Amino acid sequence: MNELSHVMTQILVAVFQVAVVAVGGPLLVGLMRKVRSRLEGRVGAPIYQPLLDLRKLFAKQRMRPRDSSWVFGVGPVVLVATVVAVTAVSPLVTSRPPLGQSSDFFAVVFVLLLGSVLLALSALDTGTAFGGMGSSRSMTIGALCEPALLVAILAMAVAARTSNLPALVRIGLNHPAVIASPARILALTSFLVVILAESGRLPVDNPSTHLELTMIHEAMVLEYSGADLGLIVVGESMRLVFLLGLLVNLLVPWGVADRPGVLAFGLGLLALVAKVAIVGAAIAVFEVFTAKMRLFRLPELLAGGFVLALLGALTAVVAR
Amino acid sequence: MNGTTYSSFLEVAAGLVILCAFVTLWRRSLRAIVRALALQGMALGAVALVLGVHRRDVVLIVVGCLVVAAKGFVIPTLVRRVVANEPRSRETSPLVNVPSSLVGAGALTFLAYGATRPVVALVSTSAGRLIPLGLATMLIGFFSMVVRRKAVSQIVGLLLVDNGIALVAFLATAGVPLLVELGASLDVLLAVVVLRVLAVQLWSKFAVLDLDQLQELHD
Repeated sequence: MNELSHVMTQILVAVFQVAVVAVGGPLLVGLMRKVRSRLEGRVGAPIYQPLLDLRKLFAKQRMRPRDSSWVFGVGPVVLVATVVAVTAVSPLVTSRPPLGQSSDFFAVVFVLLLGSVLLALSALDTGTAFGGMGSSRSMTIGALCEPALLVAILAMAVAARTSNLPALVRIGLNHPAVIASPARILALTSFLVVILAESGRLPVDNPSTHLELTMIHEAMVLEYSGADLGLIVVGESMRLVFLLGLLVNLLVPWGVADRPGVLAFGLGLLALVAKVAIVGAAIAVFEVFTAKMRLFRLPELLAGGFVLALLGALTAVVAR
Repeated sequence: MNGTTYSSFLEVAAGLVILCAFVTLWRRSLRAIVRALALQGMALGAVALVLGVHRRDVVLIVVGCLVVAAKGFVIPTLVRRVVANEPRSRETSPLVNVPSSLVGAGALTFLAYGATRPVVALVSTSAGRLIPLGLATMLIGFFSMVVRRKAVSQIVGLLLVDNGIALVAFLATAGVPLLVELGASLDVLLAVVVLRVLAVQLWSKFAVLDLDQLQELHD
């Protein structure tokens, strides 16, 4: 009986985290758009506008290109499924998520990558010029991000002697000195660069235009419509919230629920929302003042991220 | 200042020195490169100040202040005046492209850590552990002098080498004599002045600061 109730709570926690990220994702996108338009002197749409857009998308008819195969339909589903899977087991609201011992940083990153790869494949599947161009660019950026990301995780794992995500967050909670260590700061800076690149934010890709010469992510999803497009929008925004939530919990873990209880979870939720909102707004402000980088200059940005991670790993190895 | 704060201040300052060295390779705009150089000079001064406060060494504190003034303000201002001739100038086509040179600089950092192992074993203080960062800054300076084409970038490379040497000197010794430190700093200051005169002459004669174009002899 006791065992059963334990399992039930674990499932409840997982569902709670997924729900928070699923609702928070579109809201974060709305918030970032709002901040941007305010800074540009416009009133802007309300923050909950992306949720309304989603309701519209899910009500619409689903159109599929005539020559596309099953990959086209599977892509969005896998994208959402991977994000849901990693969200359930990661330390976002609580530092003791269900199946926490299996939530390894490397594994989480590569499960997320599965979604990106499937999306690139389904963009190729339609056989249009834009889809191919978009997935080729997206995969190029992904290939440049991977080394930086791997070395950044390595730096954090060496410094904390574990790559288990909940353990990494708890170490930050229990030993605040670890947070300020140069290895962790360098690694997290590099992680932020990778997040911006992977989620198609401004110096890498402009999320608000459909300019054919420069678009990367929008080119991939050009053929999608209706519920399929809705799934992609949900998946992408959930991934952004998930990655930012992970980043802030590794950077400033205070507020994360470290023990069970409704009160602790409420506090954890508040802390997560506040931290992610601050980081999201900061990114939006940064985007107002930044121009999109030329595609051929991107390797420089990502090589910078790689070198930061490398220095972090070096200091971590030397410091131990 | 207790032990932990002292060593973390020292780590941050020394880390900033090497980070600025990377930034000079990373950025293309010459203005940004000179800005990174100024920040590096201040971080170097901060290393000397932290060491001086920790050891209660007045001479070292004076040296730290002088380093901040010379390497954080005077030298960058002189270099900036050369850049002012062509304010939009960029390091457009270095011999080795930016991503590769960043990775190369990472490799040089590893090399520095490997090569200074005996020295680090010898100097057992918490400052001693940071000696490789000085050597790495020096190597990055040499690297930048080899692969960059603009006269300004090469001056910056020379200054990186000098900052690296100064960092090693601060960290490895129990305080450089004031006279030696002043001698070294003034030497570099003089070199920068001479290089600046050269660069300005170059600019007024040929209207380029690209050293690779100067291959033929003229009367």
